[in-house]
Amino acid sequence: MRNITLFGLISALLLSVSTVFGAGGDLGQVQKQGVNLSAILMFLVFVGGTLGITYWAAKRTKTAKDFYTAGGGITGFQNGLAIAGDFMSAASFLGFSAMVYNKGYDGLIFSISGLVGWPIVMFLMAEQLRNLGKYTFADVVTYRLEPTPIRSMAACGSLVTVLLYLIAQMVGAGQLIQLLFGLEYWIAVVLVGVLMILYVTFGGMLATTWVQITKAVLLLSGATFMAFMVMYKYGFSFEALFTQATVVHKDKLAILAPGGLVSDPLSTISMGLGWMFGTAGLPHILMRFFTVSDAKEARKSVLYATGFIGYFYLLIFVIGFGAIVMVSTNPEYLADAAKGTLKGGGNMPAVHLAHAVGGDIFLGFISAVAFATILAVVSGLTLAGATSVSHDLYANVFRRGRANEADEMKVSKYATFALGILAIILGIQFEKQNVGFMVFLAFNVAASANFPVLLLSVYWSKLTTRGAFIGGFVGLISAVALMIIGPTIWEETLGFPKGSALIQYKYPTIFSMTLGFVAIWFFSITDKSARAQVDKDAFEAQNIRCQTGIGAEGAVSH
Amino acid sequence: MQPDMVSKVKQHPKYRELLAKRTVFSWILTFIMCAIYYGFILLVAFRKDVLKTPIADNSIITVGIPLGVLVILSAFILTGIYTWRANGTFDELTREIKKDVQ
Repeated sequence: MRNITLFGLISALLLSVSTVFGAGGDLGQVQKQGVNLSAILMFLVFVGGTLGITYWAAKRTKTAKDFYTAGGGITGFQNGLAIAGDFMSAASFLGFSAMVYNKGYDGLIFSISGLVGWPIVMFLMAEQLRNLGKYTFADVVTYRLEPTPIRSMAACGSLVTVLLYLIAQMVGAGQLIQLLFGLEYWIAVVLVGVLMILYVTFGGMLATTWVQITKAVLLLSGATFMAFMVMYKYGFSFEALFTQATVVHKDKLAILAPGGLVSDPLSTISMGLGWMFGTAGLPHILMRFFTVSDAKEARKSVLYATGFIGYFYLLIFVIGFGAIVMVSTNPEYLADAAKGTLKGGGNMPAVHLAHAVGGDIFLGFISAVAFATILAVVSGLTLAGATSVSHDLYANVFRRGRANEADEMKVSKYATFALGILAIILGIQFEKQNVGFMVFLAFNVAASANFPVLLLSVYWSKLTTRGAFIGGFVGLISAVALMIIGPTIWEETLGFPKGSALIQYKYPTIFSMTLGFVAIWFFSITDKSARAQVDKDAFEAQNIRCQTGIGAEGAVSH
Repeated sequence: MQPDMVSKVKQHPKYRELLAKRTVFSWILTFIMCAIYYGFILLVAFRKDVLKTPIADNSIITVGIPLGVLVILSAFILTGIYTWRANGTFDELTREIKKDVQ
């Protein structure tokens, strides 16, 4: 029952916070558009196809291992695409291209920060996770530490990360769909919630993975086509494209160099740390490493994922500049020609560019892909959250590892359902709130709580249960607290006067992550308990399995 | 894992070789990636003028653009280098250890 009280607590907390928060949407001001028929048709085709995938996957999802990890039989290439899909969210497609459209070069800095976490995941985490874990990253950290406290702590970190990310995605989904399809906000949120519950409950990880792959292929193809058409118009000359962009953009030549984004180096480095190490601590991403058969496939997953994500971000750069020259100059797309504001709000450059290069049909395609993107990302998040509840909290904490598989499966499905409903409720609650900060907050928690515990449990032989438990919570609490007293939440969201925030750092990762690491270190080295000795003695055996994969979870064939 | 398996693997010279090589290699690559990324960020913070310079007299493209693209490429190349080495040397060592102890 622990899981239910935890959820109650978190949702009550978030609801009470939501009533306090000031207004203003994640996507800027949105206006509902007319009903877009070609988009709806194409989206229905996607939904039909993915429900077909779910039906197919449901027949192959019988055991807990099937449900959580698709039986461990996903190939490195498929997993790489799925990881890339998890990462190429609607926020990065629309948000990053909008940033390039508005600020030029600064958008590229954000993209780079989003990518560089991947090599780190590869060098320090991917194989180690695969060799030590089973279904969740909590499996890895409890390999030698005392299961009950450490799992509870890891599950808290996971659920907080997943819920924050989920709310941001749901609100984004509602606004985007309202915008692109002309549906009511609440209908859009309910639709997303219901579909994701269907995918995850019936198809588990197998369906989630293939929905993610389908969407990743569609998004990469769509973005490639857009970038190609932009370059085609300029004779494949960047010189010509950039020259034209600097002529029409209000900031002229300044868009080709870093601008005001990075004014304070400490903040910037801190932001970089958050993106970089947050990536290595996101539960829905870490979970993907258990879907492949061995360390080699885990490695390949990251290589392909890094390639696809890097390629995607380069396309986004071209798309952003394409929008500067083809969208900002065309009155058809402007709400107010004098101010240069776009129809539909600030996140629309990529969508309008789709219309500019491919007409109504391609606009419909891109809108459908954007919807599909949200659907796939929320499914992955929900699955990770549900797994945390059923595998970590129910089976291993509440039932002390004595739950039978059938019960665990049942709980995971209830948890999926509960998370889905919770996501719908919170999505509707937060409609008018600014949820933009929640994505970074999720990354910040992942970098400050999940990542330090995970890293040290794999590499540091002197880590003890006490150190990991206290340090994990110190990281978690400081990650949330420092964001709340920082300018983003304190001033922009809670509406306190400008300059009144207790710390003037928008991105506190450098502090919260350090606090997490130091607390783990300090409470480990000063731990003289009997349990501490058990923890340290077990490192050798763990390290052997970690390095060689001897005794690691294998794959099941279907 | 059985205690005798642990001591067998632990004493295997190839295991020590694997451990040493992989640990050093992973941390070197991690360091390189961080150096590239934070080097870039520090340029952005302190030497905007460098990034603003055109790549050639008659070009509008600034140094910052190819440099940013290079950072993206370097991430992919470094993961590639790791994969290549791990698929070769590390997997070979692991295979030999497994063959001897199992």
